[in-house]
Amino acid sequence: MSEPRYPGFDTLSLHAGSTPDPTTGARATPIYLSTSFVFRDSDHAASLFNMERSGHVYSRISNPTNAVLEERIAALEGGVAGIAVASGQAALHLGLATIAGAGSHVLASRALYGGSQNLLGYTMKRFGIETTFIDPRDMNAWRTNIRPNTKVLFAETLGNPGLDVLDIEAVSQIAHENHLPLMVDSTFTTPYLLKPLDHGADLIYHSATKFLCGHGTAIGGLLVDGGTFDWQASYEKTGRFAELCEPYDGFHGMVFTEESTVGAFSLRARREGLRDFGAVMSPHNAFAILQGIETLSLRMDRHVANARKIVEFLVSQPAIASVSYPELPEHPDYALAKRLLPKGCGAVFSFALKGDRAAGRRFVEALSVFSHLANVGDAKSLVIHPASTTHFRVPDDQLAASGITEGTMRLSIGLEDVDDLIDDLKRGLKAAQKGA
Amino acid sequence: MIITINSQSAYAYTGGKPFNAQLPTAVFIHGAQNDHSVWALQTRYFAHHGFSVLAVDLPGHGRSKGQPLTTVEEMADWLNGLLQSVGVQRAVLIGHSMGSLIALETANRAKALVAGVALVGTAYPMKVSPLLLEASEHREQAAIDMVNIWSHSSIAQKPSAPGPGFYVPSGGRRLMQHVAKNNTAKVFFTDFSACNAYANGEAAAKTLPCPALFLLGRKDMMTPPKAASTLMNALPESTLVMVDGSGHALMAEQPDQVLDALFEFAKASLK
Repeated sequence: MSEPRYPGFDTLSLHAGSTPDPTTGARATPIYLSTSFVFRDSDHAASLFNMERSGHVYSRISNPTNAVLEERIAALEGGVAGIAVASGQAALHLGLATIAGAGSHVLASRALYGGSQNLLGYTMKRFGIETTFIDPRDMNAWRTNIRPNTKVLFAETLGNPGLDVLDIEAVSQIAHENHLPLMVDSTFTTPYLLKPLDHGADLIYHSATKFLCGHGTAIGGLLVDGGTFDWQASYEKTGRFAELCEPYDGFHGMVFTEESTVGAFSLRARREGLRDFGAVMSPHNAFAILQGIETLSLRMDRHVANARKIVEFLVSQPAIASVSYPELPEHPDYALAKRLLPKGCGAVFSFALKGDRAAGRRFVEALSVFSHLANVGDAKSLVIHPASTTHFRVPDDQLAASGITEGTMRLSIGLEDVDDLIDDLKRGLKAAQKGA
Repeated sequence: MIITINSQSAYAYTGGKPFNAQLPTAVFIHGAQNDHSVWALQTRYFAHHGFSVLAVDLPGHGRSKGQPLTTVEEMADWLNGLLQSVGVQRAVLIGHSMGSLIALETANRAKALVAGVALVGTAYPMKVSPLLLEASEHREQAAIDMVNIWSHSSIAQKPSAPGPGFYVPSGGRRLMQHVAKNNTAKVFFTDFSACNAYANGEAAAKTLPCPALFLLGRKDMMTPPKAASTLMNALPESTLVMVDGSGHALMAEQPDQVLDALFEFAKASLK
């Protein structure tokens, strides 16, 4: 008898969570545009409401199209469950709100997407959840900034804007030594390039708007419960996570860790967070993201191959001051990236153009294949000049503190012919230098 | 619900309602390297439809303390003691895989107590392949993955369990990892060895004083339906329900079919 094996990544990308429609035989996952679902009888209705049977009641709580997407991302990440929500921001909020409340503390990397910084630094603070931001490369800072009321450690797998590679094993070890979970934003890496649960992370979320959807067509977020963190053990040792380990008055006194030994987090996130906050994903968007995931590995290979060629081009250009990509030996996380990200470090990175803000504007305006906009992870190549857009009002000294110069450009490399992308960048560099 | 048995703390999930020994009782017994949560949906339904529920964590599994017991007979005595200690007068015993052998042996040892026995994903003899036995002793993660792959017939079960959005195979894998992590003893190897060594199944079946239900997954690769034939021949009056679209993880793969069959059987057995 030989040892069996699990289906591979591509098979899961196409099939996990999805069967032909039992009524029509439709092979593609149908878009179930229905707010609600008919009960067989009163007993069936009651048992669905009381979690005695599995099924759909109302699309704010669950929907058949969304469920396929949720089960697929869980399969690809190796998690027990996924939850589809309205955006990546909604996924971060749901992840935090499920286990943190007024009086809680979050310990987070400072190398975060601006939206995440806003949510943690300003908005959650207004609701009594305080965040300490630290250098994600500083293990001592992770260790020494944990407080009795800390509920989660949080970072991006590839940080903003310098692509700091998170040492997931080291940070998760610190988290677990303190009976805390590690949550990561894995948007830039996707499960194809990195599977954080294999390295010690416990919760994952994606802005599915980016590479998972892959075509710039749908906003969405996905939260994945790894099923790895022992909430009950932490509760017994530290008193944390009463949300999961004590009776919840909002659902018939349910104790989530008794209901599901490994899925307590996602049970509460859905039964409370989706029900009450209501940041649900549209089934239309779930369909678009499912279509994207079907070709995720093919696209990510091409994204990375193109990114590598463009990095190689840029580092050879005299008009470029620096390129920040972890596969370059001068990047501080070069060795870590080799270990954690052998398939590549994604296709979003920054470089610094020599010159002032005006040179940056000339560069962007000369490009014709790259689209100038505020997104990443599209099939089409994208560019943004932070000093004239997202950081327009930020003084130069504060820009520098954020790791951004007047000439910093962020590229998201798409799937076009790479020679056309390089020609486009040559046009931009020429225009930038003209005014120098 | 925490119960003290043999000076050890034992846990039983009660389906979201307090246990009441005056009600008809349904006892759920998990299989190797599992815990009570494999019965999440079925137990909640029973508890909210007229039954008292005890979904036990066997010693060394889940929240029950102590070391895993080494024989099916010891497990049966432990279960019998637990039921006596909480005042159960009459119960239906529902066991999955190794738990089905425990249910059968408990019925053999406590005939007055047992009103019916439901054997879910069962086999007798329950021989474990040498490859799996070796892996469970020396390569536990490999054993977990083998069992997990062989236990699931699909990567797309609908409806998922315990609810939409759960990926059933990952849930099975994580639960077995959780049991391994929480007990340094070789739980899987101990459980498998107990299954392998149990030799009283046919005799126990022949003297079973109550109705029996066989609930078998049509695509079960761990305990294929034909492996239940010895017990079925010993219980000619038993009921057989074949569960379509299911492997060995019947409760998660086809939760409604399993619930409906168990509930009908339990109602009929205890009326």
